[in-house]
Amino acid sequence: MSTLKLDLENYKELLKEYIRTKDEQALYQAEQFSKHSMQHNISPEEIINIHVQALQEIYPEMPSDIQASMNFLLETMISYGLAYQEHQALREKQLELKSELSVAANMQKTLLSTVKPDFDGIDIGAISVPAKQMNGDYHHFVQDQEGSLGIAVADVIGKGVPAALCMSMIKYSMDSFPHKRMEPSVILESLNRVVERNVDSSMFITMFYGLYNSDDHKFYYSSAGHEPGFYYHHKDEKFSELDAPGLVLGVTPDAEYRQYVQTVEPGDMIIMLTDGVTECRQGDRFIEPEEVLEILEKHMHLPAQQMVEQVYKHFEKLQDFQLRDDFTLIVIRREV
Amino acid sequence: MNLTIDVTNKEHKSIVALSGEIDAFTAPKLKENLLPLTKEEGQTIEVDLQNVNYMDSTGLGVFISALKSTKEHGSELKLVHMQERVHRLFKITGLTEIMNIDSTVQGGI
Repeated sequence: MSTLKLDLENYKELLKEYIRTKDEQALYQAEQFSKHSMQHNISPEEIINIHVQALQEIYPEMPSDIQASMNFLLETMISYGLAYQEHQALREKQLELKSELSVAANMQKTLLSTVKPDFDGIDIGAISVPAKQMNGDYHHFVQDQEGSLGIAVADVIGKGVPAALCMSMIKYSMDSFPHKRMEPSVILESLNRVVERNVDSSMFITMFYGLYNSDDHKFYYSSAGHEPGFYYHHKDEKFSELDAPGLVLGVTPDAEYRQYVQTVEPGDMIIMLTDGVTECRQGDRFIEPEEVLEILEKHMHLPAQQMVEQVYKHFEKLQDFQLRDDFTLIVIRREV
Repeated sequence: MNLTIDVTNKEHKSIVALSGEIDAFTAPKLKENLLPLTKEEGQTIEVDLQNVNYMDSTGLGVFISALKSTKEHGSELKLVHMQERVHRLFKITGLTEIMNIDSTVQGGI
């Protein structure tokens, strides 16, 4: 307790100084003293104890009633001391949780990371930005053994940590499927069973799964209740919806998914997204689907990666840089 | 924006009139009110969505939970007076195929 003793001397001097001069400087010193005490986990009643000791030394003749009242004050401060200790413990706990959450977010990034593949003749752009620390959107590229490119875009309903955990489950189920031919309808049906069995009833997942065959340039796709993407027909300079009706994953165990096919001509584009793009709001106003198309069209002349980044920048600005929902946009273009 | 929930109980039928927005903030309150109703066998729960102009996917989650619960407990869920924007969400997610949604009313498709 030698440091405390030192502090007592210090405190006594400060107190004397203040009583004598009533100087602000001494008050400032008192403030420093209390900050220093907090750093050393000194409780309020200990400070009162120091105060009492200092008073006794400055005024040896102090009336015993006053002294008794000081002991009374000391006693009443004890609960504050306990509350203060608890507060300190909670603060430490909170820091711990915060750092654990950021470790989890990093881990999620690693677990769910996907590499945008290089494919001859196709230009690919992808962007996915979480609204909060953990991302409830997910996209994944996978090359099957026959050289086709599989693309999954998914959105977990429910946000934050539970959604993120759920995504990891999806990713690992998909990795465990045989890597022969990744038929979109088969993949969605298998995933649906996994989700139905393993996920809480209020949580569900929407997914769009596409398979691009680079030999004959056919694009096969199925959707489990996912926000429809768009298809750009280069020849007609027109967009159409990539609509593929299907039930969200995890509602009934026996859901079936129809598979659609689209022949991709040179210059055509496949656009996949999540509802963070289409449910964008400007103040209280929703943006209309036509506006999404306008923005896509405006940046269409760019290489795919730059295009998705510019479109993202546009919507980020529109929402005053405060995303309400996770934002994922993928563009696949057959080169001319 | 808030969500007002008015429940009228009749014999074998509860009418839940909603007004406002159903999103991540209001969905828990809706779930709290809606789910217990579905646990009574033979009960029909009619949810009136006439005054709901916005619903996000968290809201859908509540209705999916409720639907699952009705299947489990032998009750019935019916959604009526659904507005077009909200209906679109049910359509995209394929829920119009498996839920009892009255789309003959104004604003519906």
